[in-house]
Amino acid sequence: MTVERILPTEEAAALLELTTELADAELAPRAAAFEERGEFPREVLRTLGRAGLLGLPYEEKYGGAAQPYEVYLQVLEILASRWLTVAEAVSVHTLACYPVAMYGSEELKARFLPDAVGGELLGAYCLSEPAGGSDAANLTTKAVLDGDEYVVNGTKAWITHAGEADFYNVFCRTGGPGPKGISCLFADASTPGLNPQKRERTMGLTGSPVAQVALDDARVPADRLVGGEGIGFTIAMSALDAGRLGIAACAVGLAQAALDYAVEYAKGREQFNTRIIDFQGLGFMLADMATQVSAARAMVLATARLRDNGRPFSVEAAKAKLFATDMAMKVTTDAVQVLGGYGYVHDHPVERYMREAKLLQIVEGTNQIQRLVISRSLAK
Amino acid sequence: MKIVVLVKQVPDSGSERSLRADDGTVDRASASNVINEMDEYAIEEALKIAEAQGGEVTLLTMGPDAATESIRKALSMGPDGAVHVTDDALHGSCALGTSKVLAAALRTLEFDLVLCGAESTDGRTQTMPHMLAERLGVPALTGARKLTVEGSTLTVERQTDEGYEVVQATGPAIVSVWDTINEPRYPSFKGIMAAKKKPIATKSLADLGVEAGEVGLAGATSKVLSSAKRPARSGGQKVEDSGNGGADLVAYLSAEKFV
Repeated sequence: MTVERILPTEEAAALLELTTELADAELAPRAAAFEERGEFPREVLRTLGRAGLLGLPYEEKYGGAAQPYEVYLQVLEILASRWLTVAEAVSVHTLACYPVAMYGSEELKARFLPDAVGGELLGAYCLSEPAGGSDAANLTTKAVLDGDEYVVNGTKAWITHAGEADFYNVFCRTGGPGPKGISCLFADASTPGLNPQKRERTMGLTGSPVAQVALDDARVPADRLVGGEGIGFTIAMSALDAGRLGIAACAVGLAQAALDYAVEYAKGREQFNTRIIDFQGLGFMLADMATQVSAARAMVLATARLRDNGRPFSVEAAKAKLFATDMAMKVTTDAVQVLGGYGYVHDHPVERYMREAKLLQIVEGTNQIQRLVISRSLAK
Repeated sequence: MKIVVLVKQVPDSGSERSLRADDGTVDRASASNVINEMDEYAIEEALKIAEAQGGEVTLLTMGPDAATESIRKALSMGPDGAVHVTDDALHGSCALGTSKVLAAALRTLEFDLVLCGAESTDGRTQTMPHMLAERLGVPALTGARKLTVEGSTLTVERQTDEGYEVVQATGPAIVSVWDTINEPRYPSFKGIMAAKKKPIATKSLADLGVEAGEVGLAGATSKVLSSAKRPARSGGQKVEDSGNGGADLVAYLSAEKFV
């Protein structure tokens, strides 16, 4: 279905047109087979990088497109509507560029951003640990300065692009306990002692590699410290606020894909000589799905506009992530219901959409953490 | 190296196309118009040569004002600029008329190489490179699946039904390409933005010194007398299996020489 959009500039319209063209030609035809095989579409990401779709929010000086979040998120939404693994990869990669782009030295920026934004270097973001995903302030991975290198020990968990990435943002403890003792190191994949582990066997997004990353006396040059010691938690939290919006936009795209598929099916499928969409039970179900998708989109974009205008947006981002991903879970589940038995088999994409939606309720802060952020803001 | 690429705007071959009832010309108004598919391969080839050896790529289009949209799209892939020949009197030009105009436009440009698609998806005559070569007095190497440029020597693998022929010429020359020659790039976001600022020189027939009466419907050497829609697909033949369905199927396939 064509989504009516109000875009801030003519160039944003051109960008969305290009995104749609790429998504239709390069993503949609490959998604099902790659997911079935569990294959990561590295080349597709290079294609997106060459077209200028990676690093959209970042400075033009380093190859970015200096686009507002409002526009970047709509690009993500369109990509997600064709293939969630790729949209999530773009979101994670954009997030992985964030520490250097926002807090890195000029030297780090100049050295890595152009290739990262151009799609030649793929990034990963290592914050979670096996014992603590939500409680990031108490992470235990430790980095000790030894001469002009940090020696890093610990284990990072749920790392998207582990084993495929060219660089890893490693959040680690360089100081005392609590959030003020955390720093961010920008480590090459070739860092001795940085070892991606066996790939997790995931329920959905089977094309996206996720694994633990073990750091065994990993030696990272001291000049790869991003922004100074002790500001790692600040970086991580501000990146996550933005990352939450990325996941929310992915949820809107995924739900739109499920809705579109269910609608087309319901228009083509006849029972008792009637299109099933004309039975009120299904028609109203589809109407509710469509309404939920539109509501989530509006929320994501309203929050993006807050961010673009320099207003506080953290709590609104939590709300958008919570609402959009719960919505995607509901809409994809209902899409399976619309297709009935056919919805439950791999021949149609809706069962995959449903498995994929579940992830979105968990990543970038579980939806329980989002509720915590929101309720705390209310209790203040 | 100065390269000119011929780019034509055509009705999208993937959508419904028709001829106008009044003059038998292509109905552009009701069609969704796109860059002729094969021309994208010619653009890609030109950009690859320019990137490897240095040079300038200019697009040349003859078509109505609305063709500007396709020119901008083509420019977003990376060429440096474009020449757009547009004139109301051009409407309904035949292949000969078109070649007269394009040749006149090419004479105003410096070029070492002219690249074009081997055919357009609307006219499908495949004659334009030959006609232009004749008018300009330069060699035509047509139907390329591979092009090598060494100095002014152009070597082409010319695709045929059985295989390919290797043909060579000294530039300036015209080379037409098939879609086997490369994989056209996507425009980049920056390319789209840059394309908006690239120069498109507009030329009229008067600018090129071509008489209006020699081209367009008035000067056309061929005329569409009548046309009919392709008949709807028939239902095909059904083989009912009453015990010997297999044998009937094989008999049908054999009669149609499929097996």
